[in-house]
Amino acid sequence: MAVKVSMTVNGKAVSHEVEERTLLVNYIRETLKLTGTHVGCDTAQCGACTVHMNGKAIKSCNIVAMQAEGANITTIEGVAKADGTLHPMQQAFKEHHGLQCGFCTPGMVMSAIDLVKNFPNPTEAQIREQLEGNLCRCTGYHNIVKAIKAASADKNVTVVGG
Amino acid sequence: MYAFQYRKAKSVDDAVSALAADADAKVLGGGQSLVAALKLRLAQPSALVDLGTIGDLRYIKVGAAEVTIGAMTTHATVAASPELKKAIPALADLAGDIGDRQVRNMGTCGGSIANNDPAADYPAACQGLVATIITNKRRIAADDFFKGLYETALEAGEIITAVSFPIPKRAAYMKFKNPASRFALVGVFVAETSAGPRVAVTGAGPGVFRVKDMEQALARKFAPESVAAIKVPADDLNSDMHAQADYRAHLITVMAKRAVEKALK
Repeated sequence: MAVKVSMTVNGKAVSHEVEERTLLVNYIRETLKLTGTHVGCDTAQCGACTVHMNGKAIKSCNIVAMQAEGANITTIEGVAKADGTLHPMQQAFKEHHGLQCGFCTPGMVMSAIDLVKNFPNPTEAQIREQLEGNLCRCTGYHNIVKAIKAASADKNVTVVGG
Repeated sequence: MYAFQYRKAKSVDDAVSALAADADAKVLGGGQSLVAALKLRLAQPSALVDLGTIGDLRYIKVGAAEVTIGAMTTHATVAASPELKKAIPALADLAGDIGDRQVRNMGTCGGSIANNDPAADYPAACQGLVATIITNKRRIAADDFFKGLYETALEAGEIITAVSFPIPKRAAYMKFKNPASRFALVGVFVAETSAGPRVAVTGAGPGVFRVKDMEQALARKFAPESVAAIKVPADDLNSDMHAQADYRAHLITVMAKRAVEKALK
């Protein structure tokens, strides 16, 4: 069985026939070939699959693509500017070396943008608490937290793409 | 996942008729428990009836004596509502500590209540606040709604549309989290309501339950020391690799005491 799913991904309208049980993350990775969104645990714990749906961070391995029908999705590929200028959160992760192996990084960045949207000037404790849905198996949290703290001072940190 | 059909419900009536036409169809709220269960092949519904686009089910109404929350209101919305934070801060706190931020952006009040996970937070708030669960058919008192492990009073084809929480004099929820899953190993919701004090426990047994001995003690005096010496028998509590029943029993008393302290602050 197949259904037609349509949504906007990184500003572009997309539409495909998918199986009803297709997870959003598989649609993004396998159909749209946007492989920046990762599958880590596949059990909605690690947050590597985090994308924005209508401006809010969600775990794309824990919803079916049809739940995003008509939605506005932003993936890690859609946060930098069209000319390649990194998003302030990406830039801060780079400057503060907020990554080790890098596997969790796309999810961390997507989650962190949503975090500062909801906590505009977060304390370190707030960052750590609100980052509960993202796991770094390298345990490199210290620089991730530093990066998010630094990026939160940028006035364009909640703006994605453009 | 096993294969299933997918149907986006246009309204509650539309969802009800879809469920009536297919006995093996299941209602999809935010999917934060259901999609996870499907991936583990723990459920095999013939179809999912998605309530996701029914805007009428997403609201928070704060009245003089009660707060009504639409079934499809997300935990994040409940946690962030300034009106709710004023009326029942304990409920906003509880919603803000469910799962993680991404899960709270999808997971819904009605979904959590209908699923009745033995470690879910909302059932404790429902019994603690003497809530009423409103469906497309009727109103069900929280005390009659939760029937144990994943069981509720919901009949086939019945859909939760809202939950009504009477505003208590004071309330608080304390949760001892499983350090890995962050689910409640034991969570205790304590409230001073117009129906008397309430103590509702989640995570410890096969489903949410009230501790009447603690409620009676709090009726005499609403203070932490009233519950500090009351032990809940471990006989019917859960034992697993995370905690033995006697440890959970111990935690109930500790969390109840802390919840009363927090409610009085």
